[in-house]
Amino acid sequence: MAANDIIRIHRVNFYYGAVRALTDISMQFEKNKVTALIGPSGCGKSTLLRLLNRMNDLIDGTRVEGEILFEGRNIYAPQVDPVEIRRKIGMVFQKPNPFPKTIYNNITYGPRLNGVSAADLPGLVEQSLRQAVLWDEVKDILDKSAMNLSGGQQQRLCIARALAMKPDVLLMDEPTSALDPISTAKIEELVEELKRHYTIIIVTHNMQQAARISDQTAFFYLGNLIEYNKTEKIFTKPDVKQTEDYITGRFG
Amino acid sequence: MKTSEAAGVRLMRRRYLKQTIFFTLVRASALLIVLALGGVLFHIFYHGISAISWEFITRPPTDSMTKGGILPAILGTIYLTVGAIAVGLPLGIASAIYLTEYAKQGRVIRLIKVGINCLAGVPSVVFGLFGLGFFVIFLGFGSSILSGSLTLGFLILPTIIGAAEEALKGVPQTFREASLSLGVSKWQTIYRIVLPNALPGILTGSILGIGRAAGETAPIMFTAAAYFTAKLPGSIFDEVMALPYHIYVLATAGTHIEATRPIQFGTVLVLVAVVLGIDLVAIVIRGYMRRNKRW
Repeated sequence: MAANDIIRIHRVNFYYGAVRALTDISMQFEKNKVTALIGPSGCGKSTLLRLLNRMNDLIDGTRVEGEILFEGRNIYAPQVDPVEIRRKIGMVFQKPNPFPKTIYNNITYGPRLNGVSAADLPGLVEQSLRQAVLWDEVKDILDKSAMNLSGGQQQRLCIARALAMKPDVLLMDEPTSALDPISTAKIEELVEELKRHYTIIIVTHNMQQAARISDQTAFFYLGNLIEYNKTEKIFTKPDVKQTEDYITGRFG
Repeated sequence: MKTSEAAGVRLMRRRYLKQTIFFTLVRASALLIVLALGGVLFHIFYHGISAISWEFITRPPTDSMTKGGILPAILGTIYLTVGAIAVGLPLGIASAIYLTEYAKQGRVIRLIKVGINCLAGVPSVVFGLFGLGFFVIFLGFGSSILSGSLTLGFLILPTIIGAAEEALKGVPQTFREASLSLGVSKWQTIYRIVLPNALPGILTGSILGIGRAAGETAPIMFTAAAYFTAKLPGSIFDEVMALPYHIYVLATAGTHIEATRPIQFGTVLVLVAVVLGIDLVAIVIRGYMRRNKRW
């Protein structure tokens, strides 16, 4: 294990009821790097992402085997509080999902409930919105409903909302699949910027996106991790034929 | 060629005819419902308006309830309805939160839901007798606003649970996920995000319950309603007159049934107005809550 691995997955199996969705997954995520998870629909990449902040806990009848170590601690150990984990591992979803509140209150919602003092909130809002490159567009309408923003702005607001919790890791589940190309480009630039401070793990269906923004790429197929390597290597000379077939569009 | 064209035209005509007949039937049924409602309201208004006066709604009854007003009954009905909401709404919302947000779906939950549906089907007089046995006698609340409100609260509970369940399910799952992903606990998520977004829907459903609570006679007959009392209630342990029971008394048990017909209709008119008034308050509150809601 390299010293700067922030998350280590060790022999993880995952089941929805009797159906096994992930088989014997072991991998590490490096700190301050962007890791892309790719693969055809149903390959388990989103399932894996949601295991990292225990979002799959919300689904009845699921079961995890194996260990997921975050900074050396197994997040599935019985004494671990998932709420605590989610404070440190933030998430951005496939569809922008701002709360039906003002832009300001969308950002302050999490920090306020986690004990950030009221005096620190305005500064935190500005800082988070700047990090998400949304500040200049919304600084005059902070008290307006977030629902009035465009889809791309909403998604950057959701990123700002996640950043306001000052997480160590940011999980992104196909964050641009509901957005137009211009909004997508903005989010991709943003990811480049964010990796200086955060570890980013991103699920994407878009090969070019994975190639453009990630340092490492993992290819999944039918619940198995087929190949995991530097992005450049995966996209130029993959070791496994399945990977090559997928990235060249021969299946999936 | 010619014959097939003619056949085509005939087919089209037949289809239009069928469509016209069907649309007419659908319109007629819609109209019938409006007419029935309008007819009832008009009948009440036509016969009742002559009894309405300032005195009628601000004075207690006099002369063995053949003259005077119905103020105690108006206030009684308002107290009982508001009391029923105060009992039914929190209990109903709490039950619905448990059923939709916390409980693991399974046999126990199905059983509870069957129980709630059965409760909705229980005749109101049974609620009245339960209220008499439990609140009035066993808990010693006597015939009072408290007993009546509790009984009516239980009566409208299934309606409110049903409405609240639907409203809670209507809040997008993505809101819950977004909140939880920010390291917010489940209870905070429900309290801060789910519930505020479900409240307008809960109120809509509860409006149905309000009408029922205000209009029922049987549940309050044994638990809260007085045949006659000129004095206004001083506490929740006092008996009250109530509009539905007053109407029942005037129309069946009074000494001058024929002579008091206008008062009976007047009382019915006031009851309808009170129910509409309480509904209106709920609708205004709902409108206020809905202002920020868009998804």
